Amino acid sequence: MSLLEVNKMTHFFGGLRAVYDYNLEIEPGQIRGLIGPNGAGKTTIFNLITGVYTPTEGEITLNGSSIKGRPPNQIASSGLGRTFQNLRLWRHMSVLDHVKMSQFSKITYGLTGAFFGTPRRQREEAEIEEKARGLLELVSIAHLADQIVTNLPYGAQRRVELARALAMEPSILFLDEPTAGMNPEELSEMMDIIRHVHAELDLTIFLIEHRMKVVMDLCQIIQTLVFGEVIAQGTPDEIRNNPEVIDAYLGKEVEV
Amino acid sequence: MGIQTETVTTTKTGLREALKRFWKPYSRIPLLGWLVGALAAVLLELIVGNQFGRLLGMSKAPALLGLVIIMKTPLLIPSALAYVLVIYLLPAGIIARVGTSLANRAAAFLYQANTGLSAIIHLALFYAVLHLWSNLSDYRLLVVKLTLIAIIITLSLNVVNGYMGEFSCSHPGFLALGAYAASIFTIVLFVNENRFGDALLPPALGPFLFPIGLILGGILAAVGALLVAIPSFRTRGDYLAIISLAFMFIVLSLFNNLEFVGGPRGLSNQPDYANLPTVFIWTVLAVWIINNFVRSTIGKALNAVRDGELAASTMTVDTRRTKMTAFLFSAFWAGIAGGLFAHIIRYINPGTFGIRKLAEVLAMVYLGGLNSVAGSIVGAVGFNLMGEALRPLEILKWIIIPVILILLMIFRPTGLIAFTELDPIALLKPKAMTNEGGDHVAA
Repeated sequence: MSLLEVNKMTHFFGGLRAVYDYNLEIEPGQIRGLIGPNGAGKTTIFNLITGVYTPTEGEITLNGSSIKGRPPNQIASSGLGRTFQNLRLWRHMSVLDHVKMSQFSKITYGLTGAFFGTPRRQREEAEIEEKARGLLELVSIAHLADQIVTNLPYGAQRRVELARALAMEPSILFLDEPTAGMNPEELSEMMDIIRHVHAELDLTIFLIEHRMKVVMDLCQIIQTLVFGEVIAQGTPDEIRNNPEVIDAYLGKEVEV
Repeated sequence: MGIQTETVTTTKTGLREALKRFWKPYSRIPLLGWLVGALAAVLLELIVGNQFGRLLGMSKAPALLGLVIIMKTPLLIPSALAYVLVIYLLPAGIIARVGTSLANRAAAFLYQANTGLSAIIHLALFYAVLHLWSNLSDYRLLVVKLTLIAIIITLSLNVVNGYMGEFSCSHPGFLALGAYAASIFTIVLFVNENRFGDALLPPALGPFLFPIGLILGGILAAVGALLVAIPSFRTRGDYLAIISLAFMFIVLSLFNNLEFVGGPRGLSNQPDYANLPTVFIWTVLAVWIINNFVRSTIGKALNAVRDGELAASTMTVDTRRTKMTAFLFSAFWAGIAGGLFAHIIRYINPGTFGIRKLAEVLAMVYLGGLNSVAGSIVGAVGFNLMGEALRPLEILKWIIIPVILILLMIFRPTGLIAFTELDPIALLKPKAMTNEGGDHVAA
């Protein structure tokens, strides 16, 4: 059974057809890629699957149960983690608090614990803090744990986002342009981290990327999206040689 | 020109260095030491305060650290300063400094033995200081009580306006709900008077059941908050500000038109249950519980909602429930504060809880600093003292205070102490220990 299945998903923004007849099946352990020119609807697909928008038509199942129309926090707790294209960090919060926060749904001490600081709360807070520190170690920014995120360089902020998404213990991780705006050095580090977490945490990954090098190196299967429709799907080699893809995206200049 | 600037900076740093050198021995005094020093100072005042005040040409000991005198009779400013120096600063400073090592050892012992006990001893000392200080005049007592409940009000509003980052205007409404509910509770049950008839229960029970009345007031305020929250938290933006403002006016006109609580004439005859210990205990409870809440991951979810609601919800935070909880929680404490307020003044009318109250509460929150418990305490105390100090100016007060707020917004837009976390346990620590820790970090 596939981990995540999207069936004939279509979405309209008013009269604009943003996504049309989108299908996806991700098997556990895969790294999948989604490419396409600007405005093709890649991030919209992420938003639709993660519950930010509800698709006009179609069905989405995660681990065999339908998640269509459920609020984002429930979808997230059922095992779907994501990062954002334009970092959405909480600007007044410390790095450690970010990574603790995404374990929110695992907290069981409730309001009693929050108000009165019960021993149970101390224990749970210590647990999620330990986990958070471990994840910061994994993306090698443990030394920045107490910094406020806005003080960090861009590359480190990206890592915070990744650690934050990992703290949810997702079974599948959505990465929205994880290397956007990075210099070549940061880029190769980020690719190493992605490979590392994929192997270490046995994670399934679905990523949007603009840089061909990243997608071709990391992904096993790639989809190409143009104007909300998938025009090609296949291995990196197939995509590289697909004339339609070359036309729409790789070879020809994108008309403005 | 380059040389000139250099000289200026050297004198400046020279002054700062001198201040630092002067302050250095004092920085090693733990909170315990300061509290003992303050206790000594108020004891001294209790014994010689009035005589010394007369000696300096004042009619008696200055009521509020000489703050009122500054505006009322400026000629007495030197006397007031001398009084503050001789009665408060010198004794407190000397005793705290002399007892530094003793206080540190005591604090270390208590800290290691039992932090809860240590906290209670600190609070007891602090209460003793307040009690003795306010013993000298009814005016002081009233200012202390009102300042304490101002802390509850400010802190509770900070949960919404600071931690959650929404703009709520309904706090006076919640105060009114709490005040009326608690007043009706105590008057009906424990007071013989003509509006509600004879007391239903023996008045001796009153002080013990008073907390129930307060909590009922808090719950009623929370129910009111629910009415505001349901429509306004469907989305973000200015909705809460508008709906909560409307709510405040609805509550006002409700009490203006309810004849059985006196309508615009108000409600009086509240029993005198809100004595200093009661108000103090409720304030401590409020600060403790609210501080606990905002430091937990559940409470910090509010910051996540404020700084990025979409990210918060995709990171498993139930944003709607988080916002609702915080808003109701905030209203609950406002209700408690309202109940206490009614029993301090022992008279309430709808006019008390109008737009001016709102301005006052908002000013305290923004003066002290958003997203900060320490800031709210500083804001409430500072604003109340400032208000009392400027009282002799009468109507001018309401020009000066807004001007101060405008200046503050220009130079410190987030308030005096914003975006900090208050760790009460750290306050109890002996200073020598924390100094060592600091050195390690520096090394």
